[in-house]
Amino acid sequence: MNSLLAFAAKITGFSIISFSRFITAVFANWDGVRPSRRRRIYFANHVSNGDFILLWTVLPPPIRKLTRPVAAADYWLTSKLKAFIGRNVFNAVLIDRNRDTRVLDPIEQMLEALDNDNSLIIFPEGQRNTTDQMLPFKPGIFHLAEKRPDVELVPVWIENLNRVLPKGEIIPIPFACSVTFGAPIHLQDGEDKQTFLKRAEKCVLNLSPDAGKNHD
Amino acid sequence: MTEYQTNLLTLFGGLAVVLIIASTIGYMLARKQTGSEPNPVIENLNARINAWWVMIGVIGLAFIWGRPGVVILFGLLSFAALREFVSLTNTRRADHLVLAMAFYVVLPLQFYFIWIGWYGMFSIFIPVYAYLFMPILAVLRGETRNFLIRIAEVQWALMITVYCVSHVPALLSLQIPGFEGQNILLIAFLVLVVQSSDVLQYIWGKLAGKRKIAPKLSPSKTVEGFVGGVLSATLVGASLWWMTPFNFWQAGLLAFIIALLGFFGGLVMSAIKRDRGVKDWGQMIAGHGGFIDRLDSVIFSAPIFFHIVRYFWTV
Repeated sequence: MNSLLAFAAKITGFSIISFSRFITAVFANWDGVRPSRRRRIYFANHVSNGDFILLWTVLPPPIRKLTRPVAAADYWLTSKLKAFIGRNVFNAVLIDRNRDTRVLDPIEQMLEALDNDNSLIIFPEGQRNTTDQMLPFKPGIFHLAEKRPDVELVPVWIENLNRVLPKGEIIPIPFACSVTFGAPIHLQDGEDKQTFLKRAEKCVLNLSPDAGKNHD
Repeated sequence: MTEYQTNLLTLFGGLAVVLIIASTIGYMLARKQTGSEPNPVIENLNARINAWWVMIGVIGLAFIWGRPGVVILFGLLSFAALREFVSLTNTRRADHLVLAMAFYVVLPLQFYFIWIGWYGMFSIFIPVYAYLFMPILAVLRGETRNFLIRIAEVQWALMITVYCVSHVPALLSLQIPGFEGQNILLIAFLVLVVQSSDVLQYIWGKLAGKRKIAPKLSPSKTVEGFVGGVLSATLVGASLWWMTPFNFWQAGLLAFIIALLGFFGGLVMSAIKRDRGVKDWGQMIAGHGGFIDRLDSVIFSAPIFFHIVRYFWTV
């Protein structure tokens, strides 16, 4: 039964990857960083539900296997199909966003995954962003950087995916998308939370194709 | 073996020989270079040659499959080209439905009409029906900002990447007396002349190029590359007369028209890229850029070639 489930997960994963490539022709720019099996936290801008799928798609397969997206349990555990995709296909770290009722601490869950030699995909904006500006980062990434200083924090910019499937639409439109990976950052000695979060935000923004234009 | 099969085999055999020579030269150039940094021109050349192997392999498979293979192949190319095109436009959220129609209704229908060979429909479907119904759909969403620009961009995208591209497989529906069942060779003729024109312009430009022909549009294009490329592509076309319904001179003249249109098509598509501030249409084909970078000259020559052959050679 378990091997059947694993097989179904493999087929589903392959279908999801093929579909996302068909729609987006997604292209990875490794800009100042190479793919690696080292433990990493990929942190990206968040504009669409498909963000981590796209990021997951462009990772080389052996690295993809080690990389777990961090996602909201209240979304992924609402139906059997979603739970199968979230747990078995993406092997997501499912966190409870409700502070008052949760039993597991999200940071602890993420640290546990890192300690098991997994890499993580996180979206520090905390929610899907429908504005033109990036939202301020939530402090989770700071705590992770503080507690696991050897883990590389890789900024990622996902381009164009918001045009594929704007909020409220159901038919994805083919748009060429790209995923840009930037040079890893670490928490510096004595760097406080706000400074670090601002710096992390900037690292993601700098990877966007519009970055040059904003500085003019 | 029929004459058609022999011709097809000769053609692909010849292409394989050319590619083997090209790969050998590329390999020797790469080995000969000194210094620690790889030379970007040679790297790009080898990436291009490798991509050619793949492209010719894919076209060969489609040809072996026959009509379904060719229609599906160009339908997929059209899909990829349309995706590249709209990615560079100003479309807004309000255009979501219009774009969905373009990708999932207009494009498949156009290639379906090509498939069944319905000339009366595939030649007007996009310029008449899509042309009028797309703005109607767009206007229903009520977003008027940049309306003319947005709708014109979608129209252009469809004409260039769907309508024009679909005229390549449309060649299969032409009925030329004495050439029945061999129309795939017309496609081979068109594609080979266009692509060899591009390659020969590149080679002539790299070897003898001095004066820039359109510095604002395409800094790498030179007068020497243009003249040498178009003339030698004309020769290539003329020397392929044996597999076409044309004689030597007709094949040469058609090849000349195709190469010329291909060149100017490339310029037009470059102007769009400059306007949008990008260097290539995409990153899908290593060394070449996007699908439109490879298709631009086919796009401008295919419909004209189709209509000339239809007018003078069909019953």
